Amino acid sequence: MMNAALQATLEFLKLYWAPLLCGVAVVAILPLVVGYIVLVERKIMADMQARLGPMRVGPHGLLQPIADAVKLLIKEDIIPENADKLVFWLAPVLSVGAGLLSLAGLAIGPAFQIAQDINIGILFVVGISALGIFGIVLGGWASNSHYSLMGALRSSAQLVSYETAAGMALVSALLFTGTLNIKSIVEAQSKEGIWFVLLAPVAFFTYLVASIAETNRAPFDLPEAESELVAGYMTEFSGFRWSLYFLAEYTNMIVVASVATTLFLGGWLRPFSGVPWLNFLDFVPPLLLSAIGAYCVLRMPKQPTRVQQLFMLAMAGLCFVVALVLAAPVVLPVIKPSLRAAVAPFYAGIHGGFWFIFKVSLYIYFFMWLRFTIPRYRFDQLMRLGWHFLIPLSIINVLLVGVALIAGAYFHLQGWGLLLVTTPAAVVALVAAFLILAVEKERDARQEQTAASDFYAG
Amino acid sequence: MLDKVLFYFFAGIAVASAVLMVTRRNVVHSAIFLITALLATAGIFLQLRAEFLFIVQIILYVGGIMVLFVFVIMLVNLDVALQQIQFARQKWVALIVALALAGQVGVMFWTSGKMPGQGLPVLAAAAAEHLPPNSEAVAKSLFSTYLLPFEIASVLLLVAMIGAVVMAKKRT
Repeated sequence: MMNAALQATLEFLKLYWAPLLCGVAVVAILPLVVGYIVLVERKIMADMQARLGPMRVGPHGLLQPIADAVKLLIKEDIIPENADKLVFWLAPVLSVGAGLLSLAGLAIGPAFQIAQDINIGILFVVGISALGIFGIVLGGWASNSHYSLMGALRSSAQLVSYETAAGMALVSALLFTGTLNIKSIVEAQSKEGIWFVLLAPVAFFTYLVASIAETNRAPFDLPEAESELVAGYMTEFSGFRWSLYFLAEYTNMIVVASVATTLFLGGWLRPFSGVPWLNFLDFVPPLLLSAIGAYCVLRMPKQPTRVQQLFMLAMAGLCFVVALVLAAPVVLPVIKPSLRAAVAPFYAGIHGGFWFIFKVSLYIYFFMWLRFTIPRYRFDQLMRLGWHFLIPLSIINVLLVGVALIAGAYFHLQGWGLLLVTTPAAVVALVAAFLILAVEKERDARQEQTAASDFYAG
Repeated sequence: MLDKVLFYFFAGIAVASAVLMVTRRNVVHSAIFLITALLATAGIFLQLRAEFLFIVQIILYVGGIMVLFVFVIMLVNLDVALQQIQFARQKWVALIVALALAGQVGVMFWTSGKMPGQGLPVLAAAAAEHLPPNSEAVAKSLFSTYLLPFEIASVLLLVAMIGAVVMAKKRT
């Protein structure tokens, strides 16, 4: 038995050593990435509020995430006395585990994907990441505190309400591809020559709103509304456990941003990837990074201490190296045209990765922008938006996109021509959803009126 | 070999957590073990290379139904519920039903060993790469061979949904 188990393990390792290695690398790097996303978020928040943000640790606060991580790791780990210890221990791990596992299905460029070519691709990512909710609910319950439980209840109600809308939005985008495989989805967009955000704008909007609600971000961050619930489900968590929840939240942000990028924003495709005379766009990424590097060099003398100057120089060097890596596959074929075929896979991998990460960053930037601009919703407003507007809208949209696709097939429309049928479908869906909303509002107002008159009559 | 190890791993987890789910006193612990059992079943689907069933099991049962379960468990005041009379009074009925089921399964195994062609059907083993993609296969059979049962099931679910809405409206 022992021998057999060993043999099976060896067999497994021989088959899957590369994905395993990639997985370990992702798990090791992700906390660092999340740390820097948090730094960027604080910097953007500071920018929008006309402040400087973290400036003390490293030049412009660039080492702040590392200081934060050290602080979180050496903080005292408190478990409430009446907590359910095992579930309290399990909950944050569940949240992070679901987030990290769903990353396995994502494709960062055509070359980088841990679980390659799974037939159910996008469903795997969405389904596994939805399991993270158990971490929140069980954590809130295990803390044995009212604030935590309220936060957990709100979170699960929110997720259940918005999952339907998000799922329907995914369905209407998937109608264009006819496959769930992530690679094929992006390839379908490259074949059509148009991203699905233009073909299914209503679905993209629905997914955008639903993904904010699912990741518990402002303006839908009711589960952790600090003015009402202290910190919601995280109230009793401290130190490392708390940071695990934090990691899970940002991992989920990356996951929803990647799903939206893959389905609606063309995945790793360059803007206008099928248009040959726009190929000069390939030079934009290396130039952009060189410009950032040059700016770092320019700012270097202004740093107050020697260490910070050196750090700035190192940043500039990093930018230049990445710029060089990005430039190599575009510049080489220009110098020596015979190398074009040999360089093509490197070009696809490196530039695909750049554009994918760029789009994901834009999506996350939009999240942050919303967070610092829009005030928090009330819970009944959140539920009304979900059930009365987004769910009807997304269901109508699925129907109309189907009709539009049949019409498109009848008239032999392809690529940009499909806009002729999908745009009316989107407009009709929006009008119908607003009509439903208006009718319901009117009915509610009438009911309120009768209730009020009854009250006074009584 | 790998297949067998994976099967016994998931099957063991499923059975063990199913037993634990019934025996735990704490309702939330029971729910956690039910989730584990469902996930292990999903693992068995994956081991059988039915990846669509795997993800549907996770999205529907674990991500949908169990979230609602846990939600309701937390809404209900459990301390009060525990003092009330429980439904666990059908011990003997349950025992008889379980024995009958075990007998059925046993007869199936016994006959399939004795008489070839009867009892458990033995499917020809197919290499993994020759299997059709699972989601396409499920979709094709649902919308062609089993269209009528599929539609009947959808209508049944719709009726249940409308019924739930009507009953919920009546209360207020």
